[in-house]
Amino acid sequence: MRKYFGRKIFVYLLTFFAAVTINWMIPRLMPGDPIKSRLARASLTDATAAEALYEYFNNMFGLDQPLWQQYLNFWWSLLQGDLGISIWNFPTPVTDLIMGAVPYSLGLLLPSIILSWFVGNWFGAYAARSKWLDNTILPLGYVLTATPYMWLALLLAWSLGIVAGLFPAAGSYGLSLQPAFTWTFISSLLSHWFLPFLSLFLVALGGWAIGMRNMIIYELESEYSNYLQALGAPRRLVRRYAFRNAMLPQITGLAVQLGTVVAGALLTEIVFSYQGLGYLILQAIQNQDFFLLQGTFLFIVIGVLIANFIIDVVYVLVDPRVRVQMQGGAK
Amino acid sequence: MTAAQPLPDPTTAAEEPAAATPEAPQREALYFALRNPKLIVGLSIVLLFLLVGLVVPPLLEHGPNERYAPPLLPPSGEHWFGTTQFGQDLFTQFAYGIRATFLVGLLGGGIAAVIGMTIGFVAGYKGGWVDEVLNMLTNVVLVLPTLAVLFIIAAYVDSYSVTTQSFFIGMTSWPWAARAVRSQALSLSSRDFVDLARLSGVRTWKIIVRDIAPNMSSYLFMTFILLFGGAVLAAAGLDFVGLGPSDGMSLGLIMHQAVKWGALQLGVWWWFVPPGLGITAIVGAMYIMNVGLDEVFNPKLREM
Repeated sequence: MRKYFGRKIFVYLLTFFAAVTINWMIPRLMPGDPIKSRLARASLTDATAAEALYEYFNNMFGLDQPLWQQYLNFWWSLLQGDLGISIWNFPTPVTDLIMGAVPYSLGLLLPSIILSWFVGNWFGAYAARSKWLDNTILPLGYVLTATPYMWLALLLAWSLGIVAGLFPAAGSYGLSLQPAFTWTFISSLLSHWFLPFLSLFLVALGGWAIGMRNMIIYELESEYSNYLQALGAPRRLVRRYAFRNAMLPQITGLAVQLGTVVAGALLTEIVFSYQGLGYLILQAIQNQDFFLLQGTFLFIVIGVLIANFIIDVVYVLVDPRVRVQMQGGAK
Repeated sequence: MTAAQPLPDPTTAAEEPAAATPEAPQREALYFALRNPKLIVGLSIVLLFLLVGLVVPPLLEHGPNERYAPPLLPPSGEHWFGTTQFGQDLFTQFAYGIRATFLVGLLGGGIAAVIGMTIGFVAGYKGGWVDEVLNMLTNVVLVLPTLAVLFIIAAYVDSYSVTTQSFFIGMTSWPWAARAVRSQALSLSSRDFVDLARLSGVRTWKIIVRDIAPNMSSYLFMTFILLFGGAVLAAAGLDFVGLGPSDGMSLGLIMHQAVKWGALQLGVWWWFVPPGLGITAIVGAMYIMNVGLDEVFNPKLREM
């Protein structure tokens, strides 16, 4: 067990290391003076801001120092939680901006990932049972997985938001409101949350349904299912065993899909001007705010790594074989 | 996107290598292919769009960015998909966008397929520490959120072409393919005919190319289709946030401009519905085609 987690954690640390290195390397690989060209493209009206930034960039990049020293400096400030200062929202530290956006992104991501996983698996398991459902859910599932996240978001914002007027199509709460623990604020928050959530939920749904359907069909063809059927076990029971076995690859699939879903959430937030990390990324890109962009990137990587680790733990808890091993039972 | 719907196990299909004469399996596959509605419907849709992308742009008299028509016209006989706020013809943009979509899919998916398959084959066939190292590399790239990495890279490049974009996408979207190919190659590499080749001193890459790859060619092709779809969706995402190629037109870029110039608030649905529909239709048709191909190549699934 320690070996299993040790391996996983090693891969995650390596990934984090690679992400930080990519982050450090890319500005240095680009031709020209990275500081000057960035500052020239950032639309700065405030002269003191520009000066402070130039100083900051210079310190951060420390371009007069040898490369290894620059690299170590980068790590050092990173470990202190210093991701730089935002140009778009000068002089707020990037860390503060990210911390303000994270709850909104998580509020979208967690419910949509978890719900779509359960509902998709449920539909998929039923689809494998009947020809009629199979012929409707399968093509629909493929169309949903092929849908670009931002397009479904646009369709929902336009149809349910603007034409039907059922839900607000932009923002994360009413413009006139301040965040507070009042009914008006919470209901406004929920009504703004619904459409982006629905959009993410629907796109992710198809993939899970298809995956589950394929796994169930595979499991129902296996020896133990045939044996159970030969013994005269009720169909329900055989199905239940197949479902439990088919769930394990779906949990692994969740880990593989995380990056895609997170990317989808970024695009969805952009469509709805929802003030999560995706919105920060859009602002960073439009304002050439590279500290913000890189900080958000690192933060997303860390989030995905943590989520991966949680899925690993869940996998161990769910898979009886691993569980038995952990308790020192059968090999 | 990079999504790996688990492909049903193809080793069952590759169970009997060269069981009969070489033509027989091909003719049999063709027989089933022509009778598979999923394959035919999917392939027809993909070919239809391919035709639009190849044939239509040279026939159009105006460029995709040319402003020559009245703004915000709804779809009509003259402007099939309507016009933008700047009087650009949306059908023209759409046709050029379809062309770019296929280009990104072929190049990006192709690059990802070459990298993924090479790594998968070598890791699966060689085993040992080579496998360990390649597996580690695959896992690292697999965990990295692809689109976020692409954002970072694209943001620092001042201007780039569709080819460069495909290269970036290909470089980041190969890991699940490498994993899938690795496990297939692993099971094939312990077969007798591979042992025989190894004993007679054939070089590694020759064994991979001549003995292992042909036995899973259908699987490789289906992997490429999924990578194609993933590359198209990744490119659309990049274009949509405004980090797309600086030259030319793409379906994602049309949506980017639609959002940027307030098509939603103006209710100009013809600006953002067709490009997304085009992407969904192409990628969805490919996925459905894939299911059909699977049924054709895998005898176990045919009875369904």
